[in-house]
Amino acid sequence: MSKNGNMRNGKADKPAQNSQSQERETKFMTTSSKPIDPLYKPEDVQHIDYQRDLGDPGDFPYTRGIHKNMYRGRLWTIRQFAGFGTAKDTNERFQYLLKNGQMGLSVAFDLPTLMGRDSDDALSEGEVGVCGVAIDSLADMEVLFDGIPLDKVSTSMTINSPAAILLAFYIAVGEKQGVPQEQLMGTLQNDILKEYIAQKEFIFPPEPSMKLVVDTILYCTKHVPKWNTISISGYHIREAGSTAAQELAFTLSDGFAYVDAAIDAGMDVDEFAPRLSFFFNSHLDFFEEIAKFRAARRIWARHMRERYAAKSERSWKLRFHTQTAGCSLTGQQPINNVMRTAFEALAGVLGGTQSLHTNSLDETWALPTEKAAKIALRTQQIIAHEIGVTNTPDPLAGSYFVEKLTDEIEAEAEAYFQKINDLGGVIPAIKQGFQQREIATAARRYQDEFEAKDRIIVGVNEYAEENEKLEIPILKIDQSVEKAQLERLQQLRASRDNGAVEAELERLRVDALANKNVMPALIDCAKAYCTVGEMIGVLREVYGTWVEEPVF
Amino acid sequence: MNRNMNQWFEDFSNGSMRALARIISLVENDEPIDDDLRDQLYQRTGQAYRIGITGPPGAGKSTLVNQMTKLYRQQGKTVGIIAVDPTSPFTGGALLGDRVRMDDHTLDSGVFIRSMATRGSLGGLAAKAQEAADMLDAFGKDIVIYETVGVGQSELDIVEAADTTLVVLVPESGDSVQAMKAGLMEIADIFVMNKADREGADRALRELSAMLHLRPAQAWNPPVKKAVAMKNDGVIDILETIGKHRHHLEDGDLLTRKRKQRFVKTVHALVSYRLKQDFWDETARQILEGHIESLDQKKTSPYRAAKQLMANYREGVR
Amino acid sequence: MSKKIRVLVAKPGLDGHDRGAKVIASALRDAGFEVIYSGLHQTPEKIVSMALQEDVDVIGISILSGAHMTLFPRIMDLMAKQGMSDVLLTGGGIIPPEEAKELEGKGTGKLFGPGTSTRDIIDYINTWAAEHRA
Repeated sequence: MSKNGNMRNGKADKPAQNSQSQERETKFMTTSSKPIDPLYKPEDVQHIDYQRDLGDPGDFPYTRGIHKNMYRGRLWTIRQFAGFGTAKDTNERFQYLLKNGQMGLSVAFDLPTLMGRDSDDALSEGEVGVCGVAIDSLADMEVLFDGIPLDKVSTSMTINSPAAILLAFYIAVGEKQGVPQEQLMGTLQNDILKEYIAQKEFIFPPEPSMKLVVDTILYCTKHVPKWNTISISGYHIREAGSTAAQELAFTLSDGFAYVDAAIDAGMDVDEFAPRLSFFFNSHLDFFEEIAKFRAARRIWARHMRERYAAKSERSWKLRFHTQTAGCSLTGQQPINNVMRTAFEALAGVLGGTQSLHTNSLDETWALPTEKAAKIALRTQQIIAHEIGVTNTPDPLAGSYFVEKLTDEIEAEAEAYFQKINDLGGVIPAIKQGFQQREIATAARRYQDEFEAKDRIIVGVNEYAEENEKLEIPILKIDQSVEKAQLERLQQLRASRDNGAVEAELERLRVDALANKNVMPALIDCAKAYCTVGEMIGVLREVYGTWVEEPVF
Repeated sequence: MNRNMNQWFEDFSNGSMRALARIISLVENDEPIDDDLRDQLYQRTGQAYRIGITGPPGAGKSTLVNQMTKLYRQQGKTVGIIAVDPTSPFTGGALLGDRVRMDDHTLDSGVFIRSMATRGSLGGLAAKAQEAADMLDAFGKDIVIYETVGVGQSELDIVEAADTTLVVLVPESGDSVQAMKAGLMEIADIFVMNKADREGADRALRELSAMLHLRPAQAWNPPVKKAVAMKNDGVIDILETIGKHRHHLEDGDLLTRKRKQRFVKTVHALVSYRLKQDFWDETARQILEGHIESLDQKKTSPYRAAKQLMANYREGVR
Repeated sequence: MSKKIRVLVAKPGLDGHDRGAKVIASALRDAGFEVIYSGLHQTPEKIVSMALQEDVDVIGISILSGAHMTLFPRIMDLMAKQGMSDVLLTGGGIIPPEEAKELEGKGTGKLFGPGTSTRDIIDYINTWAAEHRA
């Protein structure tokens, strides 16, 4: 029932002419199931006006990149996401990565931390330190950055619902190291909208969550000016199964929603927009991904200048981090993942990324071993230094195919903006399950194509090896991590000034109830060694919780 | 299965939730059940107050059921819930997701939630849902709530058989109200305008009231209640209104009459279900197939086919 | 119009990655099963309680967080306490083969890794049901 490729292409009817014009019996489509024409020609790009639609690199609308000389000036930042076990374990991995040429840190937190729960919470059992590092309080954060100078290293923290709390921890650690908050450099993911859409690590309902995001924007703009306040993320949207155009459209519409929210809070767009950054997925389809990155810059620039009347060039420029697609990796023949990741990373580079994470070959099974992480790092270094792609900016500009794809993805994104607008905006659309349903439908289609072998995945539905044995080592998080972390937490609860803890938590409650900016209260809570779970607990009482309506 | 039947019923009597769940499955799956055991359970019914909730998809019915259940639990009442969702006519499968919104009660032994798929037009849904409700009643639940999407006659039959029937609407469901006006308007004892904090709520309320005023005044005129179930606004008022309706029914012999009606309806539903089941045996299907095949030669008509099928059936009964 | 296979598709723990769970749930529905979806962030206690009330034939767990070695045994214990020995506990996600084998040895049904075809899962459940629920 599945294998009927000749029917699907409608080629069964066509008489075979000669072997040259005969096409293979396969669907010519992108990873996003977008059909691709047999040939792209000058007429496909005739309408393009170079100055208006592309511009030189560094010029509006930045289709060709946000810097004049791109990687001739400065390479992208190699930023490998890392974190596991206790703060001490992760600190050691950070030291190792910095020694091996990594330029910035990127913290992966464990699920309890991401969900605002302490390690001793009943729901945390079995998850402490497994997917990332366990952080319960400032005490853990101090260990995490021990010996790492926060005035020199920039840190990206992948955290959303409790983002404001982790930022408070970071500010407090900086203070202890003698680094004033004005000098701190880094990025907070802090993108709550995509949690409702894709990653589902939400705690509060959308409205108070947005208020927390705005609090961090307001606070950082004033006090932590080098901090990137939100990393508006398409990565997880894509991992949840979206198409490239959906990733782009939902991410950028989230971005516009944050801009709207900050403007509503009384800010000038040029005050905060330069500190917004983006985070995209780089999936397997080489040209589609490159087109997506180019379209992203053009759309953002146009909307920021025209719709939001931003005056600063820095507000127009879309800066982004890229991570290769975790969902594209296979558990089977995992060594092949090195190649997949390399191609995806290359697309990110040709798309003009500002920083890059390359996945490790073993990540379908567990967190990377040190060796696997090193291969991933080396992959980026090979791209940067050996294959010549950094010699000139946006080398694919002018390609009939790439320019046409860029246009089409932009048009698809604009159509989604319109739909979301018709539904009342991003949050109303989320509440109606719109984005979630679009993604679920695309994910199901991808799976169906895989099962029908319209989509070949090497080593899985083709070229599979019977009785394959997993030939790579798997990193195991010792159960003792959980025990050690629980003991640490118990010790903290016993040794800290619990009177001060109560007082600071009460102040947090008062500020939250009064709808004040909660950042100052959170920083004081952090310094009093309140735990993540305690602070979230207070906010949960004030803001309520969110249960999603599942759509399929 | 039969070997265990007595055991399941004994466990049921001892308050086993697993036995309750299994016996509902036996009913749903048309497993042969001993008549005496079945009667014994039926004798224990009549204690629970039954509430039917229906309305268009997306009206927030499950959320409302969740909040109502919370309040009933605070009053110390136990609750049984039957949440009906459609079976896909193409695949025979179903995705039942209502209980996600009732998750607060999953671990409460005073609440029992059961998702039920419609299983097609021949599935005998109405009769089975009644019997499942009977089981919950016999198990000792104080309140039994049926929740169905307000499309399809069998879904409407279920909620209509309740003691109090709520029709839940949302401001933007104006169009669906038009479509379902006939069915929904007649069965409602109480209307709930949910998500009443949304734009257009007041206008929708006015339209609904205007429509209701066209009807002749009755002893009980269905009130329209505003609610925002998600925020637990207006739910207490809904419970009080249900209480009022209950008093109204109990004030005379209305409740008894309603329950007799339910008895009659269930018997009707059972008989037509069983008849259909008996009727559509292999021979009947073949006869129908034969008529379909001779359709091209214009040698048959629906009337002729039906007549032959009836004759065949009578033959079989004899 | 009688027996249908009922499956609870459940997401335990704090992990919210529901792509797999949803694809499986919709594929099982399309294969004619009655699928009850648990929603996110379920505890083992809630999962077993739902399975019991819904009288499902199969519990299918989707887990990508790495907590499978904690969560599967917990669910098995709770099922045993409720006498649910006739219910199949299966699942999938990021479970290394060695650990899958260990859990299967402890009494779970087959556990499926990345790259599994939904067809294989459907066939597995159908075969199991034919043997155990005839």
